[in-house]
Amino acid sequence: MGLTEAFTLVCVVAGAILFLAGTLGLLRFPDTLSRLHALSKADNLGLGLIVLGLLPLQASLMGGVKLVCIWLLAQLSAATATQLIAGIAARRKPGA
Amino acid sequence: MPESLTLVALLVLLASAAGLAIVLRSAVAIEKLMAVQLLGTGGAATLLLLGAATAQPALADVALLLVLLSAFSCAAFTLGEGEDPGDAAKPDEPA
Amino acid sequence: MSLVFDIALVAGLIALALHVVVTRDGRGAILGFIAFGLLLGIGWARLASVDVALTEAAIGGGLTGMLLLRAHAHLGREIAPEAMARGEPRRWLAPAIASGLVALALGAVVLAFPRPAPSLAPQAVAALETTGLGNPVTAVLLAYRAIDTLLEKIVLILALVGVWSLSRDAAWGGASQLRPAVIPEPLVFLARVLPPFGVLIAVYQVWVGADLPGGTFQAGTILAAMALLVMLAGLRPAPPTQARALRAMLAGGPALFVLVGFLGVAVAQGFLSYPEAIAKPLIVGIEAALTLSIAGTLALLVAGPPDKAPAS
Repeated sequence: MGLTEAFTLVCVVAGAILFLAGTLGLLRFPDTLSRLHALSKADNLGLGLIVLGLLPLQASLMGGVKLVCIWLLAQLSAATATQLIAGIAARRKPGA
Repeated sequence: MPESLTLVALLVLLASAAGLAIVLRSAVAIEKLMAVQLLGTGGAATLLLLGAATAQPALADVALLLVLLSAFSCAAFTLGEGEDPGDAAKPDEPA
Repeated sequence: MSLVFDIALVAGLIALALHVVVTRDGRGAILGFIAFGLLLGIGWARLASVDVALTEAAIGGGLTGMLLLRAHAHLGREIAPEAMARGEPRRWLAPAIASGLVALALGAVVLAFPRPAPSLAPQAVAALETTGLGNPVTAVLLAYRAIDTLLEKIVLILALVGVWSLSRDAAWGGASQLRPAVIPEPLVFLARVLPPFGVLIAVYQVWVGADLPGGTFQAGTILAAMALLVMLAGLRPAPPTQARALRAMLAGGPALFVLVGFLGVAVAQGFLSYPEAIAKPLIVGIEAALTLSIAGTLALLVAGPPDKAPAS
């Protein structure tokens, strides 16, 4: 196995583990806002590590740029969605 | 290599779908929304991995759409907020 | 390994579908349905139908969810929650039996498929050169079977006319009101930041659709979602449905399609056949006009019947 393949596998597996951690957090954390916190880890780091791992496999430079753009867009939309969800949670239960 | 990428794709899909399976049974609407968000991101990651495993770069476009529209369902969810007294009376967290 | 993946995916789809049918809580069922759309998109990607996967991701993961959530919010306003939760005891029996029969019949049909499946794919790929396109799906949609696509777009507009006709007499020609009771701050931010990316991705989808998976319907759906986001955040009100520019945009795509179709009678072999030399520019032009029409139609379909009286 070459060095790049090893890099890909390590990153991608780490990303999968973060998704697992996000799910566990969603299920096990005590309140809505902490669960949201766990969720955003999967969004940011999980997807980020998988994109990072897949970068060396891309045939063209543009393919890689597109992957990075997908991740950046996910940062933007997921972060805003998280804020929205947190807002709904806070309005329903003042003080949370 | 394609085999191991497919395996990781399976793991990511299972991880995000397992969360959904359990959370959908809970009584709290926002947490279901959170699980759907997780499935959206997990689905995008799964598609990227599958695209690399099967050499179909067009799957990245599907992932792009999932990422773009995952926030959209959250926005749509605000439509029923703040006007449905029956819903607001529900507890936010099960004891 | 891919077999394990497919089995897991199918099991997830079936479980989710059952959950959507069985669950009593309306919003929970809608959220389950959105998740179902996301999974189904991955399913189409596994079947190597990337064009369908794109459509499913855009429609199932985006617009349908909003359509249902909007309908649910509307119902909640009109009907008391107790009346919504109360169901008749045996009401589910007849639909369950009917759905079961349909599922059995579909299963029987699928098992009876001839093997190998009859396919026109080789012919579709062989004739690609005459259209100047690289994506066989786009060639089928806009060249070989253009009449189906044309009628589909007209059906979309008829559906919109149907939705509009549900408005009260006073509100006819007015605008629909699509705003949550409280507009959260992040929603406004999202509606300012996301649409530029959405428009860019939609243009990319139309452009790439000629040669790679992508196309008008996906692009139109993305544009519709972005327009709805802007209306939802209250940045721009929904346009009055009597506005001439709006109606011209809605009818423009199919009208151009019909026009080019009749041009074919004059300069090519018949209705909806393109002169070979300019087939590709014609197809891309029709696609651009159709994208705008689809975007407007879908956005207004989701926004619902007008409920605000027109200004004049």
